[in-house]
Amino acid sequence: MKKMTMLVTESKRLSGEIYSLTLCAGEGETLEKAGPGQFAGLFPRDGAHLLMRPISICRYDRGAQSLRFVYRAAGEGTRSFTDLKPGDRLDFLGPLGRGYDVEEMAGKRVLLLGGGIGIPPMLELAACLSRQEGTSVTAILGYRDQNLFLKEEFEAFARVLVATEDGSVGTKGNVLTAAAEGEISADVICACGPMPMLRAVKAYAEKTGARCFLSLEERMACGVGACLGCVTRTTKTDAHSHVDNARVCTEGPVFDARDVAL
Amino acid sequence: MNTRPDMSVTIAGVTFKNPVMTASGTFGSGMEYGQFVDLSGLGAVVTKGVSSVPWAGNPTPRVAEVYGGMLNAIGLQNPGIDVFIERDLAFLKNYDTRVIVNVCGRTEEEYLEVVRRLQDQPVDMLEINVSCPNVKEGAIAFGQNPDALYRITKKIKAVAAQPVIMKLTPNVTDIAVTARAAQDGGADAISLINTITGMKIDIEKQAFVLANRTGGMSGPAIKPVAVRMVYQAAQAVSIPIIGMGGIASWEDAVEFMLAGASAVAAGAMNFHNPYLTRDLVTGMENYLIRHGIGAVRELTGAVHA
Repeated sequence: MKKMTMLVTESKRLSGEIYSLTLCAGEGETLEKAGPGQFAGLFPRDGAHLLMRPISICRYDRGAQSLRFVYRAAGEGTRSFTDLKPGDRLDFLGPLGRGYDVEEMAGKRVLLLGGGIGIPPMLELAACLSRQEGTSVTAILGYRDQNLFLKEEFEAFARVLVATEDGSVGTKGNVLTAAAEGEISADVICACGPMPMLRAVKAYAEKTGARCFLSLEERMACGVGACLGCVTRTTKTDAHSHVDNARVCTEGPVFDARDVAL
Repeated sequence: MNTRPDMSVTIAGVTFKNPVMTASGTFGSGMEYGQFVDLSGLGAVVTKGVSSVPWAGNPTPRVAEVYGGMLNAIGLQNPGIDVFIERDLAFLKNYDTRVIVNVCGRTEEEYLEVVRRLQDQPVDMLEINVSCPNVKEGAIAFGQNPDALYRITKKIKAVAAQPVIMKLTPNVTDIAVTARAAQDGGADAISLINTITGMKIDIEKQAFVLANRTGGMSGPAIKPVAVRMVYQAAQAVSIPIIGMGGIASWEDAVEFMLAGASAVAAGAMNFHNPYLTRDLVTGMENYLIRHGIGAVRELTGAVHA
């Protein structure tokens, strides 16, 4: 991980408050290898908002030395990113955290569950899994309403089902309603989304016997494991904290569902 | 003009290669930021507070951003002195830097227990945290009451094998009073400021942002308060002062030295610039060269009256 200045190559609104931002390493800079489920810290440029915004990696292009982020402009920091234009510079810290172990899923039936702004990190994971021989990938994307985003891009890598809270597209309900309706069975489930969804997914995986990996979100300050701001309760004592408080930024953000007490 | 300025400073008989330290709690024990900066290039690593037994800390959210800074209410989560000695102190032995261990406790006896355990450890100084605003017992209760501060300083001095720094809270009416209480209790140095108690409310949810409701504010927004308090403390006591509070650049570090600090610590702004400690060392050195000042210690308290 390192802090560096990246160049904006794309910045646009996808739908509602959802925006897409692509950054590429500047001349003479090298982007460290990034994996699915990892995130990066993006720094607002106003000089008054000093902490990085932790945003999950949506796509990684090693050849182009670029990372794509799809984020929700929800607060002052992320809203400030919506003004970025190609050619602008943005301070970047990353890649950060421990992502998904793609090798471990080789040859398995993998179910990706993304809820709302938990959808974007699943795209890079779907892309990585689709390159593996014999791995079957189904993605269930849960949206609030008909304002979908990234759906077409998932279709290049996975079988895609959609759930919407208001029933305007696909299954009415959440990602698990769609999984039941589609009679999807999986060996491994990977999920990212709001906490009620993750709790339900954890319980669902326990019931079905699937391995389950969850990508967690928590308020962060340093992003590198020093400040202990972003901890999550664990079911067993971890090697770092010794008080069952793993760091989402370092031991996570992706955890084996059995290891975390949500 | 070719001779480089003398960057070393001496506090309570301990010589530091330069006056740049880390503010406790923002730097772990250096393992994480050691990926960004060479720890051997720092005057000292001041570790995250350690207690006699493991502390789980507060529920999340523990951090929140505010204009020009942040709030934290970590609650002194730490693995306890046993793990700290085996893992963190063992790690720091690999670096050519001074080690200052921040000590916390809920009761007098808990502080003394940690101080005793550190007697024969490779530690250069102790920093006693009597100023954390985020735990319910101990900590700030000792730091806000001059009599309690005097007593605990005296008791710690009686058992400490290393020189003792008392870390003071800004959440007092008169910093000169607590600074003198620490000095009278026998403290070898003081460090200030710890965070300023603050609060943030989410107006959409109409709820507290931090699970602890209140948190300690740090970052550049508190720097003028910190500089003022370092100056006032320097006028009140003769023991050395380690100055901190919102340091974001070498200019800030120089400002703290001029106000009366013998050394400085970088805190929350490590999160913004993980190379900050290194930048402070080089920036201060260049400042000395530009001003024709031979030694960094000449800056201490050099602001014109």
